Amino acid sequence: MSEPLLSIRGLRAKVEGEDGEILRGVDLDLERGEVHALMGPNGSGKSTLAKVIAGHPAYEVTAGEILFEGEDVLELEPDERSRAGIFLAFQYPAEVPGVSIANFLRTAVNSRLGEGEEMDVFGFQRTLTEKMEMLKMDPGFAARYLNDGFSGGEKKRNEILQMAVLRPALGVLDETDSGLDIDALKIVASGVNRLSEADEALGVLLITHYKRILNYIRPDRVHVMMAGRIAESGGASLADKLEAEGYDWLHRAVAAV
Amino acid sequence: MPRNETISGLGLDEYKYGFVTEDKPVFKAVPGLSNDIVRQISHHKEEPEWMLEFRLKALEVYYSKPMPKWGGDLSRLEDTLDEIYFYLKPQDQMERSWDDVPQEIKDTFEKLGIPEAERKALAGVGAQYESEMVYHSLKEQWEEQGVIFESIEDGLARHPDLFRQYFSTIVPTHDNKFAALNSAVWSGGSFVYIPKGVKVEIPLQAYFRVNAERMGQFERTLIICEEGAEAHYIEGCTAPVYSTDSFHSGVIEIVVKKGARFRYTTIQNWSNNMYNLVTQRALVHEEAKMEWLDGNLGSKLTMKYPSCYLVGERAHGEILSIAYAGDGQHQDTGGKVIHAAPNTTSQITSKSISKGLGRSSYRGLCKVYDGAVGAKSNVECDALLLDERSRTDTYPYIEIDENTASIGHEATVSKVGDEQLFYLMSRGLDEAEAMAMIVRGFIEPVAKELPLEYAIELNRLIELEMEGSVG
Ligand SMILES: Nc1ncnc2c1ncn2[C@@H]1O[C@H](COP(=O)(O)OP(=O)(O)O)[C@@H](O)[C@H]1O
Ligand SMILES: [Mg+2]
Repeated sequence: MSEPLLSIRGLRAKVEGEDGEILRGVDLDLERGEVHALMGPNGSGKSTLAKVIAGHPAYEVTAGEILFEGEDVLELEPDERSRAGIFLAFQYPAEVPGVSIANFLRTAVNSRLGEGEEMDVFGFQRTLTEKMEMLKMDPGFAARYLNDGFSGGEKKRNEILQMAVLRPALGVLDETDSGLDIDALKIVASGVNRLSEADEALGVLLITHYKRILNYIRPDRVHVMMAGRIAESGGASLADKLEAEGYDWLHRAVAAV
Repeated sequence: MPRNETISGLGLDEYKYGFVTEDKPVFKAVPGLSNDIVRQISHHKEEPEWMLEFRLKALEVYYSKPMPKWGGDLSRLEDTLDEIYFYLKPQDQMERSWDDVPQEIKDTFEKLGIPEAERKALAGVGAQYESEMVYHSLKEQWEEQGVIFESIEDGLARHPDLFRQYFSTIVPTHDNKFAALNSAVWSGGSFVYIPKGVKVEIPLQAYFRVNAERMGQFERTLIICEEGAEAHYIEGCTAPVYSTDSFHSGVIEIVVKKGARFRYTTIQNWSNNMYNLVTQRALVHEEAKMEWLDGNLGSKLTMKYPSCYLVGERAHGEILSIAYAGDGQHQDTGGKVIHAAPNTTSQITSKSISKGLGRSSYRGLCKVYDGAVGAKSNVECDALLLDERSRTDTYPYIEIDENTASIGHEATVSKVGDEQLFYLMSRGLDEAEAMAMIVRGFIEPVAKELPLEYAIELNRLIELEMEGSVG
């Protein structure tokens, strides 16, 4: 197939009903099987981009397009995008009391299977157990209510568990590494790597603040977002430069434009 | 009024469908209330004199009491009361054909996957033979244990002394206007007696006993749970109770003796024209435990506050309730706990969901009498609003005359959040499914206390109610 897995062109977006643009012309191509890191200072629009890709109703796209496997997804509802293969690991996952992870995930899995082809409880349980073992999660975890009272680290691990079970074509991971201690970070990173190994076409957009996770997940490309645009793109070495020099040189470069 | 008109006025047609055998005289009351009607009811039930007197006195009390000014809007109720029939014999109640049942009710049965025979029973047409058979085999088992589980009429006829000893002692006639009305015209309901130390494993389900009958409009239930006994009673069914009536006013009286445990579960789903005003009360003795589990769906207005009078030391009362107020509905529900002995404890957990123009109110009373040393009570009420227009209110009444008592009250109101919805949808659930999942999660703490089949049906019912709530 010739078209990229994800192709974003001239994307502009703002909060629905408000003025200021948050995304001010984003361009980004991600091929199948590639891992791209998206870095950039706080407030530069990384999470907004992630949520716009997933179809969050709070944002209005004012210009540009998002093509996923060559199809325009902007008219699709969030659930349709999900079933099409887009997955967002949230920076701040919502809490849903009273709904167990197992029950929720089984519903999510079945939402993408046809009527009559739903996975039974036992089949699903096997898959879930296997993925939980991969992420070194306690078996009792699946019975807990979705993110309800979870620690920051538990929430992040739960996001990757969902990705592992739902097996998307594209995973957008929004600061999945922040709030994890080094052991948890390694587990999460190796989980993502195992998913990439199992599915060579899996594309990953890894949004992060820190270079730390890039020691465990090697990116094919690194992009830096500044004030709602991709200000710089490069190979893995760009991350090293950012680590060493911070964002100031980029600020100056952007200001100079 | 000519007889035929009376019948068509009820939407019933006994001749066309031939449900009534000609040799039985069929008694029909005229609409509205009078001394005569009450006499006729008592006469047709072949009641002892004392019951007739009791009823007549209750009617006077009913007339003397004003309509409650609190709770829901009862301003149009008086007109309704002029039009309703205060007594229908059971065979009258069956004279309805399946064709008369509104399509929306049939559709609901269809969606719930309720078997044909059962659907008819629930709609008040036809008999439910299967449940009758189940009931008979269970009944034998219960009888061996000395458990009495029969209609309230049979209870009065067969166990007159036991009946009279307790009847109306827990909910006295003058308690409230509707308790008085029920006392005057009651008909239908259960009489239950659990002997000392007997543990009844299988829940006593009114559904088995009532089978083809509709639930009475003025049903009256009396339950006596002797020392150390244990039982669970389940009333009603989760399918919509279709009724041509627009008024339901029941009285439930329960005595839980020393060290006994009793649970009373009701899930009711009324048609939208219904005023549902029920008095449910339990007298809880020393070290006994009473639990009310109460689910209210449908109706125009429900006013229902199951209560526990904790009269013995270390008695415990618990009230768990779920209310769902759809468009145009008002659920005014909650609970009352009265601590009248030392070291009594209670817990009220109330969950309400309001959709569209629906309104849910929590109304609760916690009273601790002077001398109820060390009494503890905790109230938790959570309201979930499904959209901007829905409404919820909380009316907690707390009266404490004992300074060693400890009382907790916590109330939360939440809206189904955009972030929650987006989160679930981003995993592939469509909006309706996501909304239903949030609601299911919200009621889970109460639903998990229900027998599984009831919990499943409750969830399905709420989902059906929510259909169309998502734009
Ligand atoms: N829903 C929202 N409402 C108002 N402002 C928002 C909203 N989402 C994002 N913003 C604003 O847009 C900017 C970018 O935010 P975000 O995308 O979260 O940045 P990042 O993830 O790079 O830290 C910030 O100034 C933030 O306050
Ligand atoms: Mg962010």
